[in-house]
Amino acid sequence: MTELSPDELLRYSRHIVMPEITLAGQQTLMASSVLCVGAGGLGSPVCLYLAAAGIGRLGLVEFDTIDLSNIQRQVLYDTRDVGQPKLDTAHARLSQLNPHVQIDAHALRLAADNVMPLVKQYDVIVDGSDNFATRYLVNDAAVLSGKPLVHASVFRFEGQITVFDSPRGPCYRCLFPEPPPAELVPSCAEGGVLGMLPGIIGSMQALEVVKLILGLGEPLVGRLLLFDGLSAQWRELPAQRAPDCALCGQSPTIHEPTDLPAASWADGAPRISASELAGLLNAGEAPTVIDVREPQEYAIAAIPDSKLLPLMELSIHAASLDPGKPYILTCHRGGRSLKAFEQLRAAGFSNLQVLDGGIDAWAEQIDPEMRRY
Amino acid sequence: MAVRIVFFASLREQLACSSLDWEGRSPQETVASLREKLAREQFPESGAVLLADTVLAAVNQVMAQPEQAVADGDEVAFFPPVTGG
Repeated sequence: MTELSPDELLRYSRHIVMPEITLAGQQTLMASSVLCVGAGGLGSPVCLYLAAAGIGRLGLVEFDTIDLSNIQRQVLYDTRDVGQPKLDTAHARLSQLNPHVQIDAHALRLAADNVMPLVKQYDVIVDGSDNFATRYLVNDAAVLSGKPLVHASVFRFEGQITVFDSPRGPCYRCLFPEPPPAELVPSCAEGGVLGMLPGIIGSMQALEVVKLILGLGEPLVGRLLLFDGLSAQWRELPAQRAPDCALCGQSPTIHEPTDLPAASWADGAPRISASELAGLLNAGEAPTVIDVREPQEYAIAAIPDSKLLPLMELSIHAASLDPGKPYILTCHRGGRSLKAFEQLRAAGFSNLQVLDGGIDAWAEQIDPEMRRY
Repeated sequence: MAVRIVFFASLREQLACSSLDWEGRSPQETVASLREKLAREQFPESGAVLLADTVLAAVNQVMAQPEQAVADGDEVAFFPPVTGG
């Protein structure tokens, strides 16, 4: 164990005075390593608290740049950082916060061929990602390399957190054997999230990491904790291992991480560009434009004469549309309109196009006065 | 039988409902039959989302398999997967 310098003793004194931690516990934290996948809403508090706590080596996986719409919840970054790579800013910020922590910056998109060597370098893995492809990869790599995984996700006013540490408890695939169809699960960008939610849940993740490293208390292994911010209620669900889990069950069929197939619903949707649509509208020849965003988004900005039918209610209102007529589907940036495309195509609509880049592309290319968000 | 039904995350928006008190005529229900009836009778237009395999169910705050019996006075909660980070 490395000796603490007088500065470090002072820095960590509020840990060291606790009988559950002491000097030995702090030295254990300083000798430990944690990999945080994603440095966004959840990753921000996770990294800030773990760096502050003096974790020896903190790995970050991230490839995004900072967008102004991130700042409302991703507290690692501030307004001056917009446009910068998240990883560079996070590295600088965390090094300032605690220069004793080694920050490993992994500027990459996790995939089947790079996840195992990465996970193996760390004691504990934290999932702060925002998509199922990454969540399954991280879960599979964590189980296959025997590392505990602190898993969490947030949506609007809700959050959930658990620790996967098979065989002590279930893994992600025990609960959700297969990824859900993408159109059923809105992302933060689509569904929205109150900034405090990742703050609360990410702080819980950092706490679970410290408990795992120090062997303290009762980790959230086999316990799924759900938080509803609106009712301010926590509920705990015991979660068991699935004997037939394809990854950690009795006869596993998954022996290495594999990439999820690219979303099939995104294939084959005919696209129309903002300028093509503007041309059709000017000539009075455009089909009806259906905007599948939420009313509160539509109120900020909308394409003239477009019809608002939020994606969540699309199945209800599809009856008011004529499957034989042409329609152009749009949303904020193009994600939801693809889901709407798949829904309507399955319902028998045959003449659909999707506005490439959504209303954001329209604002950029056609209407510079339009408000963007 | 009376059953308290609770929905989480995206189900709340998709069904436009976060909880309800459900009155069933049959004295015998399982998680699967209840899910089916809710989807068909309570939410005839948007209920298909409830039938997805990826939506988990818990009876009285314990994860439940489809064949598990639901009794009068139980609380049944439905959880879709959530991925936001």
